[in-house]
Amino acid sequence: MKRGLAVYAVGLLVTLLVAVVMSQFASSQPDGLEYVAGEQGFLDSAEEHALADSPLADYGGDSRGKLMLSGLVGVLATLGLGYLVFTLVKPRETTGEQ
Amino acid sequence: MHIPDGFIGPGVSAAAGLTAVGGFGLALRQARGYLTDRLVPLASLVAAFVFAAQMINFPVLPGMSGHLLGGVLAAVLVGPWAAYIVVSIILVVQALLADGGLSALGLNVVNMALIGGVGGYLIYRTLLRMTGSKPSSVSRLAAIAAMLSVPLAALGFVLELWLGGTLNSISISSVLWAMLGTHLVIGIGEGVITFFVVAAVMRARPDLVYGSQGFIGSRTEELVP
Repeated sequence: MKRGLAVYAVGLLVTLLVAVVMSQFASSQPDGLEYVAGEQGFLDSAEEHALADSPLADYGGDSRGKLMLSGLVGVLATLGLGYLVFTLVKPRETTGEQ
Repeated sequence: MHIPDGFIGPGVSAAAGLTAVGGFGLALRQARGYLTDRLVPLASLVAAFVFAAQMINFPVLPGMSGHLLGGVLAAVLVGPWAAYIVVSIILVVQALLADGGLSALGLNVVNMALIGGVGGYLIYRTLLRMTGSKPSSVSRLAAIAAMLSVPLAALGFVLELWLGGTLNSISISSVLWAMLGTHLVIGIGEGVITFFVVAAVMRARPDLVYGSQGFIGSRTEELVP
């Protein structure tokens, strides 16, 4: 059981490092779809995102601090939503089995 | 790979939205069949990790980057239907961060959760059956399936653009080859990341890896309380 917990602790630490620190070094070039859209002439058909003006839109834009915050918020949101959904989905029978 | 609003018209976007919601319902039912207490923290952690990893765009060609999709990675770790849920949750959070359009959410779920995740997992299972089951083959076969899942998801986009693209001026065959070519290359990165992550979990806790079921299952089950 101890070893099991260590796996989760290491996993979460790595996840936070990737989202908050490593994300600073990510390439800012367009991704495959955006690149092809530009090359093939349909990039301009994209509409502005409805939430484009929200503070963490596009992971904070050019702000390093906001990028780190987006990483942290995103990790906590996916972790929390995942925990909520999977706890609700799990059949009740297995609760308290261990 | 995240489709913004405007690329695909409302009809096809809505159809994809319905497919995505129906798929989510099916995924909930299917995942219920194998979800245990042990899988809940792992599946949540996989969601957070894949979200984080997707933030890391790596250079692919001059002027172009790629990033992990994570469908096969999640599917091999927690099973295809839990992976569908994982990728959908990530896409919802990303759409709220303005990464991927709100009206395109269904399209993105279809491409990355259904085609990339569940479809990619079918490739993994097929490869496993063809090569024979060995614990050592899990991470390698996961890598190959992950590599192929990226151009497969790209094909999903091309189909959606063909059916519902908002511009008449584009050449679908030209988009098809461009999407396939670029995403075959991005797929290499997908394969490499998937290989190292699956190999790391296989080393630490092989009993947690859904995709290794059938050949390590009953023996290691006894080792873990």
